[in-house]
Amino acid sequence: MAAMATDTTSSLIPGADRSPSSWGLGDGQAIPWEYAPAPESRDVVTLKERYGLFIGGRFVSAADNGTFATVNPATEETMALVARATLADADKAVRAARRAQTRSWGALPGRERAKYLFRIARILQERSREFAVLESMDSGKPIKESRDVDVPLAAAHFWYYAGWADKLEYAFPGRVARPLGVAAQIIPWNFPLLMLSWKIAPALAAGNTVVLKPASTTPLSALLFAEVCRQADLPPGVVNILTGPGEVGMALVTHKGVDKVAFTGSTEIGKRIAKGVAGTDKALTLELGGKAANIVFDDAPLDQAIEGIVNGIYFNQGEVCCAGSRLLVQESIAETLIDKLKDRLATIRVGDPLDKNTDVGAINSKAQLEKITELVASGVAEGAELYQPACDLPERGYFFRPTLFTNVAQSHRIAREEIFGPVLSVLTFRTPDEAVEKANNTMYGLSAGIWTDKGSRILEMAQRMRAGVVWANTFNKFDPTSPFGGYKQSGFGREGGMHGLHAYVRLEDR
Amino acid sequence: MASPRVEVRKTYKLYIGGAFPRTESGRSYLISGADGTPLANACRASRKDVRDAVRAARKAFDPWAGKTAMNRGQVLYRVAELMEGRREQFAAAVEAAEGLKPAAARTVVDRSIDRWVWYAGWADKIAQVLGSSNPVAAPYFNFTIPEPTGVVGVVAPETSSLLGLVSRLAPPLVTGNTVVLVASERRPLPAVTLAEVLATSDVPGGVVNVLTGYKAELVPVLASHADIDALDTWGVPDELRTEVELLAAEDIKRLLRRPTTVAESRFDWLDDVASERPEWIAAFLEMKTVWHPIGG
Repeated sequence: MAAMATDTTSSLIPGADRSPSSWGLGDGQAIPWEYAPAPESRDVVTLKERYGLFIGGRFVSAADNGTFATVNPATEETMALVARATLADADKAVRAARRAQTRSWGALPGRERAKYLFRIARILQERSREFAVLESMDSGKPIKESRDVDVPLAAAHFWYYAGWADKLEYAFPGRVARPLGVAAQIIPWNFPLLMLSWKIAPALAAGNTVVLKPASTTPLSALLFAEVCRQADLPPGVVNILTGPGEVGMALVTHKGVDKVAFTGSTEIGKRIAKGVAGTDKALTLELGGKAANIVFDDAPLDQAIEGIVNGIYFNQGEVCCAGSRLLVQESIAETLIDKLKDRLATIRVGDPLDKNTDVGAINSKAQLEKITELVASGVAEGAELYQPACDLPERGYFFRPTLFTNVAQSHRIAREEIFGPVLSVLTFRTPDEAVEKANNTMYGLSAGIWTDKGSRILEMAQRMRAGVVWANTFNKFDPTSPFGGYKQSGFGREGGMHGLHAYVRLEDR
Repeated sequence: MASPRVEVRKTYKLYIGGAFPRTESGRSYLISGADGTPLANACRASRKDVRDAVRAARKAFDPWAGKTAMNRGQVLYRVAELMEGRREQFAAAVEAAEGLKPAAARTVVDRSIDRWVWYAGWADKIAQVLGSSNPVAAPYFNFTIPEPTGVVGVVAPETSSLLGLVSRLAPPLVTGNTVVLVASERRPLPAVTLAEVLATSDVPGGVVNVLTGYKAELVPVLASHADIDALDTWGVPDELRTEVELLAAEDIKRLLRRPTTVAESRFDWLDDVASERPEWIAAFLEMKTVWHPIGG
């Protein structure tokens, strides 16, 4: 599959008017060996032709029988037709959630709620391969990531929060934690099942019921999760899943029967959602965009740092809110590090998400591919130097080469805007103060990375980063016990850990 | 026969960056007591005064947040010490502003002092209560610590001019946030008197900035100012609430909102359980999680 690409010259593009396919091809080394295809079998997944909404424990058509197609971004083939929820369906789902909250779920003792959540965790583990394959087909992410990261972490989230359901009084000393009621949850397309678990597990543990809207390009794992809820005999209406466009999400946000809104997605939509709850008593948590700095000092373990940088920006095609998209390198080692990085880029395998060798899969949608392409064009036009390794891309599907920009100024769009793609902008610094200044010079504040051998420097830099998650000598690590969320315009509230429970409870005096 | 002594009256000014300027707008408005007696002219602060106050608060943030927690606790405790020495002055101010009986006014002052003490004590404990060490399923030392959000805009309660004010002001301050405060519009004088205590305490200039004036004019400016990170909207008049929250959404400000079911004028600030809440401290904290590998 990864055929040897021939080297061509000229990686620098003078203007943005050239076609993306000709950018930067070439002065990188192609992989000097071939991989035999190692496709994961699709047999484990049984696709239906049509999927319904999941409301009150049943799969139902949309009120107007409307549907939309969900596409495999690696093949551009339609996988299935999915019900397109209407505003009436949103209302129906909120009512079902309310009924379940007052009649069954809210009244259930914590220790019984816990057992349902443990069941869900177990079923996710048992059906893990099915989820992994389906997730990779619907989202474009490499199977090794869905298999080794998304699905195990999703199961772990349910496992972790299951145990909290009957221990809430220990999480909030001196206070009584009550459920908020009905939660409207809107999740993005980059980690469909994992984001579902981050939303649903703590909400249910605390006694809330939910209406969840998955992203319109990745509805299938949420609908398979609905089947898991049935298999676990979760009471009807505790989890409701509405597939459809953004208006359905906004209908949930502004619905009078909703007590809590949780959103993960772009800062732009986050602002609209915050406006949607203005003047109400609805609780709100937002996990929004990022433009993380990954800071490499001259004493860093370089080979380890290279792996961290690659994982930081090319993991999940860079479609990660906490991606390390700004590399800040200490000037004295910049040349060495960039050379090593370019060598490493040559060995990244881009292609079929279902191939077990694939490192970078398909971009989630045509629209996203266009956005990445446009931003990369702006980088070229604004004068940054573009580098892409020579690698063949599949003929069909939405693919984009791992991309590296050097000579980037802080004012460039590629240094300021969230690209949400496999595009790394390299900047340099001389002193720790300059690194801090540049790292914090953004409206975002989700994550940061620090690479140095010196422990005291790690702690000082970690303290000075205005970011919610700081990875020292590592990057893009996640765990259900570890709170995650942003500073500044990367949002507020935390998901994961004890702090994640706080977003789903009302505290009363004892 | 000596003529009767003429009283020296106080000029009530703004408190910005540790100094007491008049409003740059040169405007004032008449403050009357609860019985309608004119008490004094207060500054009617302007948009420009808000901006000056935010600049002072931003400048003061790093040093204040950078103090040790114990030191910050002592500095705020000292505010209580200084108020204790001026109990009569505060009681007179509260009595005039709120129309309370002398004994009730003294109770309000005493509880205001005690509230400083309660919140000051949290400075070096909140990280232990709200922070955590997280047992991740991989070889990493993972911990979560609270950090102050930044510059907080506090809209003080309209009715409770001193105790309500202290109860809103102390929670963001104790963890290292700096504050731009809009005082009660109708009862701003105790806030200015409190500013005079802050100015002579060890609270550095700029950590608390006090503005008096019309809320309808000042609060939207506060809510839309891009260098304010969070808002306590407790004292926002109901009719301004939605507008303020829409403006705050524009740059994802954190909000501490009074529940719509709680009438501002009915809240009982003398109720310690209701008014002494770690959640109000937590509202102006950011949780930072750090991953550090274990092993070579």
